[in-house]
Amino acid sequence: MIKTQALVRSFDGVKALGGIDLHIEKRKVTVIMGGSGSGKTTLLRLLAGLEAPTSGSILFAGEDLASVSKKRLYELRMRVGMVFQYSALLNSLDVYENVAFPLHEHTDLDESVIQTMVTMKLEQVGLRGFECMMPSQLSGGMAKRVAFARALVMDPQVVFFDEPTSGLDPISAGVVSTLIHETTAKTRMTSVVVTHDVEAGLKIADHVILLWQGQVIAEGSPESIQQSEDPRVQQFIKGEPNGPIPFSRSQTAYIDDLMHKPGCVRMA
Amino acid sequence: MEGIMNMVGQVGRNVIQSVAKLGDATLFALATLRLLFAKPWQGKHFVMQMYAVGVGSLIIVVITGAFTGMVLALQGYHMLVKVGTEALLGPWVALSLIRELGPVLAALMFVGRAGSSITAEIGIMRVTEQMDALEMMAVNPQARVMLTRIIACAISLPLLVAIFDVVGLFAGYLIGVEMLGVNGGVYIGETIDKVGMIDIQAGITKSIYFGLLVGIICTYMGQRATATTEGVAKATTRAVMLCSVMVLVVDYIITSFYL
Repeated sequence: MIKTQALVRSFDGVKALGGIDLHIEKRKVTVIMGGSGSGKTTLLRLLAGLEAPTSGSILFAGEDLASVSKKRLYELRMRVGMVFQYSALLNSLDVYENVAFPLHEHTDLDESVIQTMVTMKLEQVGLRGFECMMPSQLSGGMAKRVAFARALVMDPQVVFFDEPTSGLDPISAGVVSTLIHETTAKTRMTSVVVTHDVEAGLKIADHVILLWQGQVIAEGSPESIQQSEDPRVQQFIKGEPNGPIPFSRSQTAYIDDLMHKPGCVRMA
Repeated sequence: MEGIMNMVGQVGRNVIQSVAKLGDATLFALATLRLLFAKPWQGKHFVMQMYAVGVGSLIIVVITGAFTGMVLALQGYHMLVKVGTEALLGPWVALSLIRELGPVLAALMFVGRAGSSITAEIGIMRVTEQMDALEMMAVNPQARVMLTRIIACAISLPLLVAIFDVVGLFAGYLIGVEMLGVNGGVYIGETIDKVGMIDIQAGITKSIYFGLLVGIICTYMGQRATATTEGVAKATTRAVMLCSVMVLVVDYIITSFYL
């Protein structure tokens, strides 16, 4: 469904992603995991076409996102949905209008049909009856589920999820994870999930990609990842503070910073 | 010597940065205005934005217009009466309002009321990823969010200026004729006689340019705001400051063409 070849993304000369080759399979849940600053969100934004790569290519259904026209990119996006980390609901619209937004924009469907479709999607995420609420009145979990309903309303082939469970209580996180898993299985869509929630990620994934410092360090089924002998993988999935992935990222000597005013370091 | 060189270097860097920003803003404006002729047509959204920026600014414009007209009449009468030309109070108030104070004061009020909210709204939409969400739903935010606001500003401000002028003229009439005793027929007759189409044209031209300018600056500042709460606050302050200064600068330039 989606392939990347030698994908590089740099910011002011600093590489956030350094030559990624990926293959995201159709109708599967692919979970991209990694620590903070490992390049997960950058990778997701590239896959979604929200950013252009510095070099390399992203093939979406055979078309290179970096070279398609804006018009074609919008046509491809009709087949894609995205759930953002902070939901990104349009805060001037209520829940119904948010979910109906893509339908109002891109279809000539009768309002009664749109209403039926919105009701079905809200029922799917367990929020039927909340149509008139404004985004500011929703909890984090509810907002994520509304964003999920909005992403599903056009029956997309691919849905991208950016940290879908972050900031949620365990029950809401479980609900969102189950929704991703079940919806992917039932609708046969492709899900790409970026998360650092190891437990949830391994639970819903068909395929796991583990990033560290802008590179893929492990890839495979959840079982193969759990059984990996790479100490970096084991440290990450077990959440151990000590190991090859350092806790401290300081690039200057500690004694120098104690004796003098610490200098600022640009994050890689 | 080193200090002077540093200072010169800093000034040079600031100039280069300012020129780069001006270029960036110009490209932004051209790219956005070009979308006016692109499909889909944003008609409904223009109207919604005109309501938000135009109707939302109506009260402040009416109040400012009324008091400006009253002050002009009061001040003008006491000046004109000294040289026995109080009959010219009508044209004094009308020309001051139509050519200068109407467009400038209405624009400054508009910047404070609508311009600041445009920058803040767009900045917050960026911080909360709403712009990206629009992109992902195949809706061009530059057309939907930026263009609609720029055009709404360019259409709303001339209408607000017209309202400002009418309210100011009426308020000036009340003070001049009803309170200070200037002959009503003379007041209106002299006004009609002395105010020409060129004066009205000057006022309208200024207000269209001011509207476009406010729309472009405020949307640009919102779009380029650093994606933090502090970044949005700074962008809003800068947008208001820049718009206010630019309104006065452009006012001078247009006035010099009409004199």
